[in-house]
Amino acid sequence: MSGKTFVEKALARAAGVSEASAGDILDVRPDLIFSHDNSAAIRRIFEKIGAKNMARPDRVAITLDHAVPAPTTQHAQNHAEIREWVKQQGIQHFFEVGRGICHQVISEEALILPGEVILGADSHSTHFGWLGAFGAGVGRTEMAALWATGELWLRVPEAMHVTLTGCLQPGITAKDISLRILGDMGVEGGLYRSVEFTGDTLNTLSLDERPVLPNVMAEFGAKNAFMPPNDVVFNYLEARRTRDYTPLYPDPDAHYEIEYTLDVSELEPQIALPHQPDNVVRLSDAIGEPIQQAFIGTCTNGRLEDLQAAADVLRGHQVACRLVVIPASSQVLLEATRSGIIETLLMAGATIATPGCGPCMGNHMGIPAPNEATISSANRNFKGRMGTSEAPVYLASPYVVAASAICGAIADPREFLS
Amino acid sequence: MSSHRCWVYGDNVNTDVIFPGKYTYTLKTPEEIAAHALEGLDTRFAANVRRGDVIVAGQNWGCGSSREQGVTAPKFAGVDIIIAASFSRIYFRNCINQGVLPIVCPGLNVLVQTGDSIEIDIANGQIQAAGQTFNFPRLSPSVQAILDAGGLVPMLQRRFAGENQT
Repeated sequence: MSGKTFVEKALARAAGVSEASAGDILDVRPDLIFSHDNSAAIRRIFEKIGAKNMARPDRVAITLDHAVPAPTTQHAQNHAEIREWVKQQGIQHFFEVGRGICHQVISEEALILPGEVILGADSHSTHFGWLGAFGAGVGRTEMAALWATGELWLRVPEAMHVTLTGCLQPGITAKDISLRILGDMGVEGGLYRSVEFTGDTLNTLSLDERPVLPNVMAEFGAKNAFMPPNDVVFNYLEARRTRDYTPLYPDPDAHYEIEYTLDVSELEPQIALPHQPDNVVRLSDAIGEPIQQAFIGTCTNGRLEDLQAAADVLRGHQVACRLVVIPASSQVLLEATRSGIIETLLMAGATIATPGCGPCMGNHMGIPAPNEATISSANRNFKGRMGTSEAPVYLASPYVVAASAICGAIADPREFLS
Repeated sequence: MSSHRCWVYGDNVNTDVIFPGKYTYTLKTPEEIAAHALEGLDTRFAANVRRGDVIVAGQNWGCGSSREQGVTAPKFAGVDIIIAASFSRIYFRNCINQGVLPIVCPGLNVLVQTGDSIEIDIANGQIQAAGQTFNFPRLSPSVQAILDAGGLVPMLQRRFAGENQT
């Protein structure tokens, strides 16, 4: 009998059973559940169900991040309904407009810990694999059911093993790795699966880089993604956590349906062309394509190191097109202000907006006009994603986005890094 | 066995074209949501779909955003069954929870065209189309129970109605 994958262990623990195998359907009791601007819609479903109070309000988080500050009266009304609901249900983990993007804020607040299970009403909930948790996205109705009962059925997924070896060259990041994986295996490459990372590259990735891989795996069809937590993670959590935890790791003889290995030491910068995240080519094949807007931010690449990378490229240069920078959280914005990064970005001609999701899904703060091309550090470039189906979106690392902003066309950041 | 008219689509259709993100916090009524179903994919759909029609898609139908309107928009427009070669996982779950039957049936979308009629036998897990018979996997009992209740909300409504009486 073979050993267990991470996901088999994590879901068994959260379901209170001694063991589980791929294909089992379990009633799982997550350690944290969260939602965002969709919470008012979830509240309406919750009330329709006939439930009165949340089963475990202390394990519920709500973050206003998708359209903040409210761009229209309708959005403001939506936020107002959520605030009223938070008060009524006594939810302590409520994060106001400007605190940041749900995935980043929950990570900073250490509301979820290694070995735990977190379900979010957001497709990028795979993000929490960065700290060794099981994170998966669910729909609004499922979140209403979770609020009401504290549990939800989950099928234990089959797993795939992604082995990363070698050290990245300067100016190449975890974003380039994740785009290469999508390019090699397609947007359905991880469909229904637990994508479990391993390999010596992982210990070379910084705290800010780690979340990029599991975050982008949402575009891979993955149910969840897992990175083995290491000292970088444990040290970060130590000062922030409010409960104990026990990390989980896959057994050495765990069964993986698919094995994929990538040597990252010769990896070049990558870019996803419109209109799919797996439409990935080497950056050198896209150099010179004109762009009208550059966007650095989102749950994928809006952390301090991402802003630092942009500043390193932009220092002493001027942008040739619009550059919108949106830090992933207020903490990122504060640190970037203190360290002078924000000043460097402003001097180069960038504009800085309130921490949140920004224009990523076409709500506000940087919607392109039809036929205007955007290069973005986000994770999704589907047709219509940024508000209009006639606007092409390219996806790349913050380095590449910053270099392209200087040139008004897709450019190689290594020319600007001394 | 029941007969259904098809709307046929390809691989990797994402929820941003099934129900654009810009509407997710502004449109609320079933009629409003239905009016924008598949807006970024097929402008004929919302105007011409009839109750009982089915969607027949390729691989990874409903990838991208987890928004439930990806399922409720076609449902409110009259679609109770969606057939695909494969579904994105959140979309598949959203179907169950909204009482829409997701049928995994590879190969069908390349054999039929929009407007064609197909026969579906849910009890026996069979589809007859283009002169061929396709078998599809039935759902596990616990998942089927949600669908039989009409979705997750009606199922929980019964549970909480029972609790409130005691």
